[in-house]
Amino acid sequence: MTVALTGAFADPPRDAARAFRGALRALSRPGTIVTLAGAAGPAPLSPAAAALLLTLADATTPLHLAGAHDCAALRDWVRFHCGAPLTGAEDAAFALGTWPALAPLDRYRIGTPDYPDRAATLIVEVEDLTPDGARLSGPGIRGQARLSLPETAAFRANHDLFPLGWDCFLTAGERLAGLPRSTQVEAA
Amino acid sequence: MSPGDSDSPYNFAYLDEDTKRMIRRAILKGVAVPGYQVPFASREMPMPYGWGTGGVQVTAACLVPEDRLKVIDQGADDTTNAVSIRKFFERTAGIATTETTTEASLIQTRHRIPETPLTEDQILVYQVPIPEPLRFLEPRETETRKMHALEDYGLMHVKLYEDIARHGAIATSYAYPVRVGDRYVMDPSPIPKFDNPKLSDNAALQLFGAGREQRIYALPPYTKVVSLDFEDHPFQATKAEHDCDLCGASDSYLDEVILDDRGGRMFVCSDTDFCTRRRAAGHVGCLGEPA
Amino acid sequence: MYVAVKGGERAIDAAHALLAEERRGDTAIAELSVAQIREQLRLAVNRVMAEGSLYDPDLAALAIKQARGDLIEAIFLIRAYRTTLPRFGASRPVDTGKMACLRRISATFKDAPGGQVLGPTFDYTHRLLDFKLMAEGGAETAAEAPEPASVDPAPMPHIAEFLNRDGLIETDAPSDAEPGDLTRNPMQLPADRALRMQALTRGDEGFLLSLAYSTQRGYGRTHAFVGELRIGMVEVEMEIPELGFAVTVGEIELTECETVNQFQGSKTEPPQFTKGYGLVFGQSERKAISLSLVDRALRWQELGEEGQGVPAQDQEFVLMHADNVQATGFLEHIKLPHYVDFQSELELIRKLRAEAQAAPARADSPAEETAE
Repeated sequence: MTVALTGAFADPPRDAARAFRGALRALSRPGTIVTLAGAAGPAPLSPAAAALLLTLADATTPLHLAGAHDCAALRDWVRFHCGAPLTGAEDAAFALGTWPALAPLDRYRIGTPDYPDRAATLIVEVEDLTPDGARLSGPGIRGQARLSLPETAAFRANHDLFPLGWDCFLTAGERLAGLPRSTQVEAA
Repeated sequence: MSPGDSDSPYNFAYLDEDTKRMIRRAILKGVAVPGYQVPFASREMPMPYGWGTGGVQVTAACLVPEDRLKVIDQGADDTTNAVSIRKFFERTAGIATTETTTEASLIQTRHRIPETPLTEDQILVYQVPIPEPLRFLEPRETETRKMHALEDYGLMHVKLYEDIARHGAIATSYAYPVRVGDRYVMDPSPIPKFDNPKLSDNAALQLFGAGREQRIYALPPYTKVVSLDFEDHPFQATKAEHDCDLCGASDSYLDEVILDDRGGRMFVCSDTDFCTRRRAAGHVGCLGEPA
Repeated sequence: MYVAVKGGERAIDAAHALLAEERRGDTAIAELSVAQIREQLRLAVNRVMAEGSLYDPDLAALAIKQARGDLIEAIFLIRAYRTTLPRFGASRPVDTGKMACLRRISATFKDAPGGQVLGPTFDYTHRLLDFKLMAEGGAETAAEAPEPASVDPAPMPHIAEFLNRDGLIETDAPSDAEPGDLTRNPMQLPADRALRMQALTRGDEGFLLSLAYSTQRGYGRTHAFVGELRIGMVEVEMEIPELGFAVTVGEIELTECETVNQFQGSKTEPPQFTKGYGLVFGQSERKAISLSLVDRALRWQELGEEGQGVPAQDQEFVLMHADNVQATGFLEHIKLPHYVDFQSELELIRKLRAEAQAAPARADSPAEETAE
């Protein structure tokens, strides 16, 4: 079997349900790191990002693959398992890549004042994900939380657009954290 | 359990995976913009609109096989519609259910927030009839959407103020509007205003589903939620000025029950699990018997 | 001692058992078959298919049987079933010009190519109860009818095409744009005409009838003539990507109505008639005509007409209230317990009354209000 055909959930309805609950927990409690297992795609896709795509992306959600993630193996895998149309950054519902590859960030949809939900979700593949570093506060956070972020300025600028702005998942291996636009981010 | 193991010919938690993905994306955007109503393509469910189809779709999109589900209507686990929805998920998702608030990982509710404080490991899903807090002031969606976009809530303040001018108090006792995180005005669903303080800074994630009106919204845990009021007419979370006649609780929301045609009545906790547990712990109200 | 309403589960089971018994009625009377409903209550079947948005006469008949003849309940059953079906694709637009017409009439021309074909219509029946139908074996009367109208193979062009030829009526610019689908995406207002049509064709026949009637009585009058009403079978074709061409996947019965309305003109454009349009599953002509009138009324803005502030011109009002499955659900949900909310209202009203009675000299209270 080719790589494109493997790596899906063994029991899609239940595995996707568990992956979603993990993603929901991560996004509604910024700073919380959860584990998403059960999915695998071709390199450089992390298992957590693979699970996220299988759970959320489909033919109705244009996907932007950035940098090294825009490779033939991953394009095939996405086409086969999600059916998400591949697109540029401007039209993407989801964008996947490393932090440098996803830049510049002002290309992504941030929603409109009438429909702030029509905004992109970035899936940022990072080397490591730990509960230290930048200080987070806002909805979902009791007092303050910490999360290793690739930088703080871009997240602050994005939060300043609230209720507009993109939202973000960070993935490292099977680990996942969420950072919605509502979170205030300060340097450690 | 795979679909073949159960008597149900339907997918896990009834909805097909495309529909669940669509709802899940809407829930995540709702979480990202607390209090904003995300439009979603609500499906026809095998139960009528207005009977919890929004809550049911949100619950179906969130359930995992390991969940323990509690369903309440008017605070009670045994009201007919709560029973019906609980049975639906027992059949279509094969999940465990409970009537005990502390044992539940996901609670679907209509019109109440449980008295027992919720925890970080719980999700509360509300059934919402009319999600738009401004709807009764301005019936047009095209107009209310603009008001939210412009953060123009003057109309709501005028309405509340007119109440005070006419009645000397804000004449809204349930579905009392709130402001979420200093931004969106939100309808908390028709919970009594007694429950409003529990919306704020809650440890649990709160999700709201309106099926017929095709909206989903959310309150992430520990979100600041303020009931609208005026300095000289502060919000008050009121209840009947009685204690529960069965368990003696003085701090729980009460239902009034008519006992006879001579004006006899009693007051009992609307949260049946809360009341049952108090009685089991030895608390007795003035008409109650020791458990 | 008062026991909190326990036993909800047993009560529900008992209600379901009773419902099944009531549905069957007197067991001494033969049970109605789904095939009988499909064949003999075909107009009910058509309505359930149209508002249920699913062309399947057998399932619609089953739904009518299960719903004890409550058509809105039957529509609801069909909708709930429909939403679980996988989607294989979309058909090509049907060509109603190639319809094999069972009925085709025009109120605007005495005759036209293809002719006037009355077909099976109540129009000229005298509404006298036919007691022969009450007798067992009344089916014999059906045998007296002529052979089912032989479908005229001659082409039946649309009446509007004749007016088109002289530029007397507006033409619809053909479009390859994919129409929206309100069963897959939430309705966004203002909605374009295709989306409005979808909402209307799924909408409640009674609601649309009344709205259409209101335009005739002056609440947004559009001076409608039935340019053409046709009922018949059309082929449904689907593009098969593997084959590279379209194949016929079946035939469906449709009712199509095109109204010719009040003309429009401006300094640059000479006056032209305008159109309203309705298309429905099955023989559903009351619905198709209603749709045409409401469609035309809703087009006031795009045709540059003056808004009159009437219900049939109010897109949001019409579209948000046309669906009877939504409406009946929300209407009937007030049967559900609301005692928590009612209790909060009781407390509020008691408090307000107590305060009002304790403060007899409130400046804005008329004296008689506080009198005993």
